[in-house]
Amino acid sequence: MIVAITGIILILFVVGHLLGNLQIFIGPDWINGYSQHLRDLGPLLWVIRSFLLASVIIHIWVTIHLAIENRRARPEAYIDRHYVKADFASRHMVMSGLIVLAFIIYHLAHFTVRVTDPRFGLLKADPLGHYDVYSMMVYGFQNYFVSGFYVLGLFLLALHLSHGSSSFFQSLGLNDKKLTPRLALGGRIFAWLLFAGYTSIPVAILLGIIKPAQQL
Amino acid sequence: MNFRLRIWRQLNLKSSGKLVDYDVENISPHTSFLEMLDVLNEKLLGRGDEPVAFDSDCREGICGTCSLTVNGEAHGPDHPGAVCELYMRRFRDGATITVEPFRVGAFPIVKDLVIDRSALDRIVQAGGFISARAGSAPEANSIPIPKHDSDLAMEAAACIGCGACAAACPNRSAMLFTAAKVSHLSLLPQGYPERDRRVLKMVQVMDAAGFGNCTNTYECEAVCPAEISASFISKLNREYARAQFRRRLGE
Repeated sequence: MIVAITGIILILFVVGHLLGNLQIFIGPDWINGYSQHLRDLGPLLWVIRSFLLASVIIHIWVTIHLAIENRRARPEAYIDRHYVKADFASRHMVMSGLIVLAFIIYHLAHFTVRVTDPRFGLLKADPLGHYDVYSMMVYGFQNYFVSGFYVLGLFLLALHLSHGSSSFFQSLGLNDKKLTPRLALGGRIFAWLLFAGYTSIPVAILLGIIKPAQQL
Repeated sequence: MNFRLRIWRQLNLKSSGKLVDYDVENISPHTSFLEMLDVLNEKLLGRGDEPVAFDSDCREGICGTCSLTVNGEAHGPDHPGAVCELYMRRFRDGATITVEPFRVGAFPIVKDLVIDRSALDRIVQAGGFISARAGSAPEANSIPIPKHDSDLAMEAAACIGCGACAAACPNRSAMLFTAAKVSHLSLLPQGYPERDRRVLKMVQVMDAAGFGNCTNTYECEAVCPAEISASFISKLNREYARAQFRRRLGE
């Protein structure tokens, strides 16, 4: 239940984050203004960040604890094993989750703390005096390895959510026999739509559809 | 039909076991899986070898005694159905078939393919009952029960307690079993008095028995010979949350 509730919080964040990021397609003014709005929240931004961080820590802490119990519950594995219904995503939640965690740490270092790319410090403010997030994203994603790692991280996030985004209904007792298969399908569609939405940004940048707003 | 069997042989609780190969010949396609094992055991006895120990009783899919993992699936490849309802025509002639016990930490292997499922009995003892007035049976229609509720309770009551749900679960969770037992009583007025205590106690005993945790993979319902739906686990989660909430409020 704790995993389900923290999971829902993180899913809501992922949706909001995507909607924010997709503003890159509208233009530099939009996304730069949006990020300025977020920074203008000041202490409230830190409240939200702490809340999300706490959700992540609790989500991982509890699931690791559960995974250890699950490992103890099966001292001997089957020599021959065939799954009928349990899909790859549902059986590898810990693996996909931990890789997503590694991705989140890199992502924060890359675009939030901005320690991995020295060029980000050279960016000038945009004409409206905001930090040029638009160009930062463009320069960040022009590297194939960086974009590749993002797509991989997002793929595992989508895999994680293709199970997780419908699984919480079951954990919270919010479904029944008729609803469960529909929720499962909806969860999968939701997860892969998120994947498509997020990866559209590095793909558009690599294809040259989105160009930097300023030269370095 | 001829088959190559790879069967788990284990002397007792403490020893470690291994897969041993056996060949069986001239098996009729209409032989059940357990009858085929009987044929193998006759052959082993004739040779003076120790027969393969396995559990079975009714052999018609209603008692829940048989408990084999065949080719990596609890009760074998024919779902829904217990392994006693599996027939050799389901396999290719000359196939190699792996036979293992249900491997669950909470079900110790007693010998070969025989496991100790008393953990499930302890869960039922913890709350799988109702308090009923002793004496003559009351008039059947004196307690009106909506058709939908009685049907749903009947679906849950179909559980034969074989333990395949826990055996097939990647986490070895017994949630489907416990959910069925909690649901079939909680859905009926006769089960209302112990409703909160029942779910709290049964879940507590289930956890203490060393089963894993449900991660909603639904592998359990796929192998269940009684076709118990995993939506009962959702109901169990609801019942548990409700009971916790009411206990916190002091009922």
